[in-house]
Amino acid sequence: MKKGIRKVILDAKGMERVLSRLTHEILEKNKGAEDLVLVGIMSGGVPLSRFIQEKIRTIEGLEVPAGYVDITLYRDDLSRAGYQPRLKRTEIPFSIDEKKVVLVDDVLFTGRTIRAALDALIDFGRPRNIQLAVLMDRGHRELPIRADYVGRNVPTSRSETVEVAVQGGREDWKVLLNESTPAKGE
Amino acid sequence: MDWKRRHVLGLADFRPEEMEFVVDTARSMEEVLTRDIKKVPALRGKTVVNLFFEASTRTRTSFEIAGKRLSADVVNFSSATSSVTKGETLLDTAKNIEAMKPNILILRHPASGAPHFLSRFVTCSIINAGDGANEHPSQGLLDLYTILKAKGKIEGLKIAIVGDILHSRVVRSDLHSLGRMGGKLWLCGPPTLVPREMERTGARVTYDIREAVKDADVVMMLRIQLERQKTAYFPSLREYSRMFGLNRSVFSLAKDDAVILHPGPVNRGIELSDELADSASSRILNQVESGVAIRMALLYLLAGGHDASH
Repeated sequence: MKKGIRKVILDAKGMERVLSRLTHEILEKNKGAEDLVLVGIMSGGVPLSRFIQEKIRTIEGLEVPAGYVDITLYRDDLSRAGYQPRLKRTEIPFSIDEKKVVLVDDVLFTGRTIRAALDALIDFGRPRNIQLAVLMDRGHRELPIRADYVGRNVPTSRSETVEVAVQGGREDWKVLLNESTPAKGE
Repeated sequence: MDWKRRHVLGLADFRPEEMEFVVDTARSMEEVLTRDIKKVPALRGKTVVNLFFEASTRTRTSFEIAGKRLSADVVNFSSATSSVTKGETLLDTAKNIEAMKPNILILRHPASGAPHFLSRFVTCSIINAGDGANEHPSQGLLDLYTILKAKGKIEGLKIAIVGDILHSRVVRSDLHSLGRMGGKLWLCGPPTLVPREMERTGARVTYDIREAVKDADVVMMLRIQLERQKTAYFPSLREYSRMFGLNRSVFSLAKDDAVILHPGPVNRGIELSDELADSASSRILNQVESGVAIRMALLYLLAGGHDASH
């Protein structure tokens, strides 16, 4: 594979602004943080959901429960991959029954990850509703899925990838647009 | 690491990182078992056949539950009720089952090497669920996992295994799993049931249970098979129990936080006292729990997209 151009489309400061706006939108639509729970999708959605959790604490003075879900066992391409993907952890240490669940992911692409995450959530209980918050929406949907809260829409070609780098400290967070690298996150 | 294996025939050729990978996968599986809905769709449309030529309720049930938790279709085939009693060979039986397109065949057979033999003729994956006195790999992995959960590591632990070492496939798999991860293994039992040659595996051999248990972190008791008495491996069950049974006085020589394992089923009052079997030190039921998670991990890893799956 040839390594193409990498372009920073959002830096740490920019991500913080976008996530703050998403948090405000979530709180506005739900009229506060009552009965709200956050579930980050492994791995990219988890640091973002933590950020939103902290932001809600600052704004509302309320601690909303936050968990995370690994969708590997719910994927629809398990027999098509050349090998079995490594499992990550799922931890939802609270009941989601009758809660308003905000599912958080880094990049919305084909929608297949979200489909799998919805199946996983339903196995944990019967929430009042499920909402979807994503940092980046890059298009190319293969399923009828849309996000309730979108940080940024980025028009992409299929050969490009959107990489949300949240491994390091927050000051190093950034979003990159890569050309001609293998698809990530889907 | 990428999982490349098509079969799990034994732990003899397992690298430590492969065992760690299985254990790590089992940890994720164990979370599924804590949910109200203990089922995930990972193996939807896959078929798992339990092919058991020896009586076993525990292992067969464990594999069956593991398969069902992953949404596989699990079919049980036991020799007592099958055409095996009409004289069909192992290979014919396996070929017939394979014609029904299973993805994974779980085999228990009294002959050592039976799963290795079959793996040369079938295209589906095979998991050895015990072959003669050779290996019982899923047990070796679940013992590893159980001890890791209890102690956080294997390296440097003194692990005493007491009982019929000679006929035990569990011990052979444990020597590979626990031994290769750095455990210091002590094997103990009557001289007729503990061959000195076992020391070649790196384990220590003793005929004195007190020496084996002294300062141990883990004491694993093996089931003594009552029919062994008839073949004169030991004079009487009473004597066996007195010399090699684990009771409070012997166990007090072990470390204060030592744990007790047993692959089951337990002969209460023979190799293990009632009191200890039900004590806080016992991890016997944890082994059963770990067993389902380990077997889910193995089924998941083998059901991958390699060409052999139908």
